[in-house]
Amino acid sequence: MTVVFDEMTGADGSVRPPYGELSRWLAEVPPEVLDHRRREAELIFQRIGITFAVYGEADSQERLIPFDVVPRILAASEWEILSRGLEQRVKAINAYIGDIYGRREILKAGVIPEDLVFQNPVFRPEMNGQKVPHDIYVHIAGIDIVRTDASTFYVLEDNARTPSGVSYMLENREIMLRLFPELFSRHRVAPVENYTNELLATLKSVAPATASSDPTVVLLTPGIYNSAYYEHSFLADKLGVELVEGRDLFVKDETVYMRTTQGPHRVDVIYRRIDDDFLDPLAFRPDSALGVPGVMSAYQAGNVTLANAVGTGIADDKAVYSYMPAIVKFYLGEEPLLNNVPTWRCREEEHLRYVLDHIEELVVKEVHGSGGYGMLIGPKADKSQIDTFRAKLKAAPKNFIAQPTLALSTVPTCVEEGIAPRHVDLRPFVLVGRDRVRIVPGGLTRVALQKGSLVVNSSQGGGTKDTWVLDT
Amino acid sequence: MLSRTADNLYWLARYVERAEYLARILEVTQRLTTLPLSYVGTSNEWESAVATAGCAGAFSAHYAEANEETVTEFLCFSTANPSSIRNCFELARTNARAVRTALTMEMWDAINGTWLQLKRFGNGPTSREEFMRFLRWVQESSLRFDGRAYRTMLRNDAYWFSRLGLYQERADNTARILDVKFHLLLPTNERVGGPLDYFQWAAILRSVSALTAYHWVYKESVKPWLIADLLILKDEMPRSLSSCYSNLVHNLDNIAQAYGRQGPAQRQARGIRTRLQNSRMEDIFQQGLHEFIEEFISSNNKLGSAITEQYLM
Repeated sequence: MTVVFDEMTGADGSVRPPYGELSRWLAEVPPEVLDHRRREAELIFQRIGITFAVYGEADSQERLIPFDVVPRILAASEWEILSRGLEQRVKAINAYIGDIYGRREILKAGVIPEDLVFQNPVFRPEMNGQKVPHDIYVHIAGIDIVRTDASTFYVLEDNARTPSGVSYMLENREIMLRLFPELFSRHRVAPVENYTNELLATLKSVAPATASSDPTVVLLTPGIYNSAYYEHSFLADKLGVELVEGRDLFVKDETVYMRTTQGPHRVDVIYRRIDDDFLDPLAFRPDSALGVPGVMSAYQAGNVTLANAVGTGIADDKAVYSYMPAIVKFYLGEEPLLNNVPTWRCREEEHLRYVLDHIEELVVKEVHGSGGYGMLIGPKADKSQIDTFRAKLKAAPKNFIAQPTLALSTVPTCVEEGIAPRHVDLRPFVLVGRDRVRIVPGGLTRVALQKGSLVVNSSQGGGTKDTWVLDT
Repeated sequence: MLSRTADNLYWLARYVERAEYLARILEVTQRLTTLPLSYVGTSNEWESAVATAGCAGAFSAHYAEANEETVTEFLCFSTANPSSIRNCFELARTNARAVRTALTMEMWDAINGTWLQLKRFGNGPTSREEFMRFLRWVQESSLRFDGRAYRTMLRNDAYWFSRLGLYQERADNTARILDVKFHLLLPTNERVGGPLDYFQWAAILRSVSALTAYHWVYKESVKPWLIADLLILKDEMPRSLSSCYSNLVHNLDNIAQAYGRQGPAQRQARGIRTRLQNSRMEDIFQQGLHEFIEEFISSNNKLGSAITEQYLM
């Protein structure tokens, strides 16, 4: 088994520089104070109503995501590498989507197999040849990053549809500021609170040409039963835009309006937190009661901007993932700054054979799965689980990829037995506007609270941490 | 603002107000049941509480008999009664959650805190002491929410729509309590003003927190026509029909002014207020209090529909 990299304590037992103050502080602060603060944080979360719903669990309609009070710290130099890599990656993603729905150069060049695109259920033929305002498809991206040693970051997953979690990044910081003023006074931490300001600037910058000089932006939510509803209302509030449901909007003459107490009001930009499938019952799933009938026609007429665009799923699929380094090179002519995790594409016979032979050491993922569902962690699985996955793999190899089990880095975490290392990942948020790319320093750190566990998803018992980027 | 947001704010205020009203009715009922029978006659106080709450029909569909246990359960904790205190708070919080962006943090904190605490009471109180604590808590929750709204909300359409819900609900509640209690008491108590029915009449005032106000305004012993005067016509009494309608007209005017347009809701509200202003107690009793109130409740409902049509959909 490989040695796990701890972000605070290096392999030689010495404390890594960004964690110097935190380590001293942890040694000083009595465990019961930490525990008290943790409970206080929980109470605050509950009162604010920062909850999420777990699908398929009737008894726990609203749950709290456990919050860990020990921050995760990145040095400015580490963030610098990450942020350049993120910008590069998201630029390439946008170029790729535009190309697929446009001239399809990358397919002609044979870099990516055609069926990977055209047989992908998230490919939207409606978008073929469709101009989108300012050629931006992905305005908001959440890129999942993991780390295995001091200098190696991997992109684990690109989220180019409706990435969530940013409200936790913001609220975690607020709570930390409230609970640990003393700890903050020993550091200089880059702020994240301007995220919503940057988001609004981004959204306004991509309004359609027909919009007024002060475009109307709305946030479209599936409603209060959606697992991320808190985040939707939180963001709408901070953005100062209306939080609308499908029934609040209607389309007339290929223009979108919202129903207000003063009559119809034109909408220019829709930050939609609702999947393509449910967006417009006239264009996609006819049974969707969440969407807005006719919104696609307004979009196609260029009278409204959807953020993110329709059909961006072709870029964040786990099968396309393995081609990302090639995609970066193809469009930008640069070497990728962020690594990809080595990936076996089970669609390729040779790779499939390898995966079947080494399944006990690999992580096998469903290409279209998310949230930690439909996944096999070889080293942790029992025989029957492995057999099930073997059968699945053989039946539909295209639906799977496999990756080595990475030794994700750990960060000190407050658990029952005290402070102990737990595995983490990081989801920074990248905003792409007409004028520029904006990334606030930080992101959402998710932590697997179970000892040894690598699954950080909140739906599977993961928690979150505040993420600090220091200025030195 | 979004029509749905206005709708949610309107109902949020209504449900909180309704919960408080139910708690008041129950508190007064509880108080009356502690009096010797000779003071209160043979009428079933619990039945009267259900009628005052406006859900006698729904109640009899679920229970054979109105007594402390069944009425408490139905009005406070029942999930089958859409207007039980529990459901009022649940619905209020659901509405609040849907319009979080239109609420101040203080308001959200109040309603969400109430909702979280509601769970502590489980399926009902285990003792009378706990029940009284529960009723006080309900009233305090409503006052806290209302106070925070009053203190923290911007004075714009969001505020005005929430006030509309509050005053419409309050007017409806006051009208009902007048109707049921007078209906129940007047025919059997012809020698009104005797010492024995003082408690019954005082109970009405108590349930709209107006007992002290009554004494300040009239400086007299408790008399039914003065009670009616106070609760119907006295503009300075915050729960009177007249006061509710002054406030409704005021808030509707604010909306009309901000939007630059009048509509049926403004006209109807003004019409009802004018009728109240031009009424005298003698005429109301002559015409029949019951008929007067019935007509009022129906106009109040019609105004609700007009507001909905004009703004909330």
